[in-house]
Amino acid sequence: MLAETATQAVTPSVQWSGLFPLMILGGGALGIVMIRSVVRRLPTALESATVTAVGPITVLAMWFAAGAGGTGFPFSTLREDLGEVLFGVGFIAALILAAVAMRVMRIGLDAAVTVGIGLGALSATLALWHHRVGLDGGFDALGSQFSIDGFMLVCTGAIVVSVVLVSLLLDDYLRREGIDGPEMYVLMLISAAGGVVIAGAGDLIVLFLGLETLSIAVYVMAAMHVRRSESTEAGMKYFVLGAVSSAFLLYGIAMIYGATGSTSLVDIRIFLARTQLFDEGLLAAGFALTLVGLGFKVAAVPFHAWTPDVYEGSPTPVVAYMASAVKVAAIAAVVRVFVDTFADHADDWRPPLMVLTVATLLLGSVLAVVQGNVKRMLAYSSIAHTGFILVGVSVGSEGVAAVVFYLVTYSLVVIGSFGVLTVISGRGDRRTRLEDLDGLAERSPLIAAAFTVLLFAQAGVPLTTGFVAKFGVIAATVESSRYWFAALAMATAVVSAYPYLRVVLSMYLGRSADGAEAESVPPAAAFVIGVAVLLTIGFGVVPGPIDDLAQKALLWTSGA
Amino acid sequence: MNLLAVSSAQHAPTFPVLTALVVMPVLGALLIALLPSRRPEHFRQVALVVSATTMAMCGWAMVTFDPNSDEVFQFVDHVEWIERLGISWTLGLDGISLWLVVLTAVMFPIAIVAVDAEHSPKGYYSWLLVLQSGCMGVFLALDLFAFFVFFEIVLVPMYFLIGRWGHGDRAYAATKFFVFTMFGSAMMLVGVVATAFVTAAETGNAVTFDLVELAESQALDTTTARWIFMAFALAFAVKVPIVGFHTWLPDAHTNAPTAGSVILAAVMLKLGTYGFLRLGIYLFPEAAVHFAPLMIALATIGIGYGAVVATMQRDLKRLVAYSSVAHLGFVMIGLFALNTEGLEGGILQMVNHGVSTGALFLLVAMIQHRCNTRDINRLGGLQKPAPRLAAVFMVVMLSSIGLPGLNGFVGEFLTLLGAYAAQRWWAIAAAGGVIIAALYLLWAYQRVFHGPASGANATVKDLTLREGLTMAPLLVIIVFMGLYPKPFIQRMEPAVKALVEHIEVNVDDFAEPVAARTPDVELRDLNTPHAAHDAEND
Repeated sequence: MLAETATQAVTPSVQWSGLFPLMILGGGALGIVMIRSVVRRLPTALESATVTAVGPITVLAMWFAAGAGGTGFPFSTLREDLGEVLFGVGFIAALILAAVAMRVMRIGLDAAVTVGIGLGALSATLALWHHRVGLDGGFDALGSQFSIDGFMLVCTGAIVVSVVLVSLLLDDYLRREGIDGPEMYVLMLISAAGGVVIAGAGDLIVLFLGLETLSIAVYVMAAMHVRRSESTEAGMKYFVLGAVSSAFLLYGIAMIYGATGSTSLVDIRIFLARTQLFDEGLLAAGFALTLVGLGFKVAAVPFHAWTPDVYEGSPTPVVAYMASAVKVAAIAAVVRVFVDTFADHADDWRPPLMVLTVATLLLGSVLAVVQGNVKRMLAYSSIAHTGFILVGVSVGSEGVAAVVFYLVTYSLVVIGSFGVLTVISGRGDRRTRLEDLDGLAERSPLIAAAFTVLLFAQAGVPLTTGFVAKFGVIAATVESSRYWFAALAMATAVVSAYPYLRVVLSMYLGRSADGAEAESVPPAAAFVIGVAVLLTIGFGVVPGPIDDLAQKALLWTSGA
Repeated sequence: MNLLAVSSAQHAPTFPVLTALVVMPVLGALLIALLPSRRPEHFRQVALVVSATTMAMCGWAMVTFDPNSDEVFQFVDHVEWIERLGISWTLGLDGISLWLVVLTAVMFPIAIVAVDAEHSPKGYYSWLLVLQSGCMGVFLALDLFAFFVFFEIVLVPMYFLIGRWGHGDRAYAATKFFVFTMFGSAMMLVGVVATAFVTAAETGNAVTFDLVELAESQALDTTTARWIFMAFALAFAVKVPIVGFHTWLPDAHTNAPTAGSVILAAVMLKLGTYGFLRLGIYLFPEAAVHFAPLMIALATIGIGYGAVVATMQRDLKRLVAYSSVAHLGFVMIGLFALNTEGLEGGILQMVNHGVSTGALFLLVAMIQHRCNTRDINRLGGLQKPAPRLAAVFMVVMLSSIGLPGLNGFVGEFLTLLGAYAAQRWWAIAAAGGVIIAALYLLWAYQRVFHGPASGANATVKDLTLREGLTMAPLLVIIVFMGLYPKPFIQRMEPAVKALVEHIEVNVDDFAEPVAARTPDVELRDLNTPHAAHDAEND
């Protein structure tokens, strides 16, 4: 018997296709490090040629991924519908367009390669979605340690899209601040790989590894702006508090292991479903410590204290990454562990989670009101948004779709918002006080309009994704008959609308300081902000596609 | 080919006039936003053309609207929006919404003609047109989700209009307006979702947000329905505003640009009363009956409060703003009388208030433009230099007071008639409000127009041709509705009767409170032992 277990342990079944997104991200990071450590600088002509080539290569990669995706893939019948000639012309036009787009954005080599890697990972994710998950719900990619299901793929998609958009923001920012180099991109790819591991984790240890990979890379990213003391401070704070939270989480995992005899999520689930524990103390302690550990990562009150300082001090594009990809991964961990694995013990973890949620909603929205720095205000507002997401989480498995919708759409909005701040903050990354936005509408009307749309989306004004996301969470909460919870969440949403209105007013009513010039908007950043605004309004008016995606983002528990 | 013929026969291809009414202004706004800023005078022209076209389409709808149709809702447009949740883009017009849509269609062009943008015309006219789309949408939506979207989206253009083109403490007023109204609608969102999901759970059908379907199913139990009614009522109470929820109104009205005040008073306050009517009473008849005494009491208090506070005002614009609180009180007691007269009176009163108060705000702006002040104490004697202005002001003011022969009278009379049948003592108290209304308006008129004109007041210009032309349609409506209200009442009557019947069918032991006692009722009263006992005592 012992021998049998041993053989099982050493040869887990590996489904390589399921690991593609992870391998592309991790391999891409390694590739950049290796090549860039040998070749410090490419000749200018070669560099711009490579940058241009990334576009068409990515289009080709996506086409092949689509081929692997089979007939369920969107546009998979395009070839037949259009006819060979028209399709061929269109395809070549797409290749040229991609090349032109890369040229027009004038981004550096590292950013271009990162964009390519991100889009490659996205293609792999899409192919998996249509080829495998669409057909049979999900599968184990690496024994039961790492499983691919709808939820994992949507989270992965959100993370890699964040990577692509943030690397476009980073490009000009790093050059502007004089800290350019491949390191930031490599760290971001590594942390994204960590996020993907979390999203698909089938084991608490794997989840922990993913969380650490993600976090450690982000600690460094936060401290990357070496000439700004606030940045160093942010990195330090984030690191110390993050390390403490990891300790809590690890201790919680140990307790759960002690209570259930396993770290595998499936085994724990099966064990809890079949066993009536005589004494639940150990398990309850495990829940509590895990909740504290993950609470730190998602920035739930009272474990949020790091957020404002870290958001204020870190380089602005990095904050965009933290508020999107890192948040997606952290919430994915909460969903995997609590909503999925501990579903049968929901009565044990739901009350404390709801208390955290209420505190998060109230504190996040109220403290956002009194901030004089827009970055800090958005930090508190992101705490309030976390609260809203946790409202959906505490609904249980019926709320997962709403949570996924919220995460995907909020990621876009928040990347756009911090994209605007990246542009406004100017050299030194300091001009993010409310006064600095005075008169922005006169100086740069388009940027002001874009920021207005994004802020109204965060406030939950209809015809933006922000409203549909809140609507989904409220609908799930009401459906589970928690009316007061829903009413409270909506009340805090009104409170947190106030700071957004204040920012809008200062943009439109304030007067520019003397000699203030129009913000120079690098084309890549303009692209990111434009995409964020268009998708925010587009999916706000027609939420169908994302809603559909979120509905299919089901949890597929291996072996169930 | 054949297939096409069949399908087109099934769905007669009609022009989606209601969708056009909603979409047209917002397309105009987009056009203005895309026009180059070099020729700023174009913005106003485009805005005018767009809103005039909308008015023409609305006129066509009004003329072709069939009051005797079997269908309560006409010109219905229905497109799936979010199919999974049964959310659709459903618009429809009935005798109730018809007049509010017409009011919206008339007031916007007037507001655009009457006042020029003081600065940045591009944004100003874009936001005005977006606002028009939003208001149209609220009055036409027959889907709870769509209603909510429109109800909330109107905040954004109004926020910008007050914030960017307002005066005084405009930032404060705009933010207060936005946050107050948003708080109300936040609770309403929970109510909207609860209505749809609880109904679906009770009936076992798929979730739907279709207003008519939800209202017909009446699946909610009494307690749930009352709670949800309260959630809706909070949103509408802020918007109306009912006294206690009104503090945003004087600030918003006073600091808004003139067109903003006009639209706010003429159209946007009606979103609240219309919401009470369309969502509150129609969806939750039992709760409406239950809370009707409370609503009438609050409304009557509002009438008294608004009138008294208006009397105290020195700022002419603020005076008109507070008079709105009083007038909307009349609308509310009419609606919650829950009988045909009251409802008809309430709806007429919505239109009347829109026309008269809109006109009053325009007149106040004209006075301010001439004298550079709205302070009643610093005005005076304007009648001598500006007799035509005084005459127009007089007519509008008398319409607002409710002088017989002008529009205000018909609405107020029907309202009080209905309220008297339902809640006698509150109706009598409300009638007292009419007297105070006469007091504050006549007193204001006296102080502004009579007496000796001092200093610069003696030489103000009279009504210009353009001002006269903008006021003319409003005066025509005021007189026409006062002398011949029949076409208005005739068109709303079937819808109102259907609503009253809807309440009677769905609420146990509710009979429409009738004003005049028919012999039949008297006989039945006499036959009951209690009544007989009373008779003996007499």
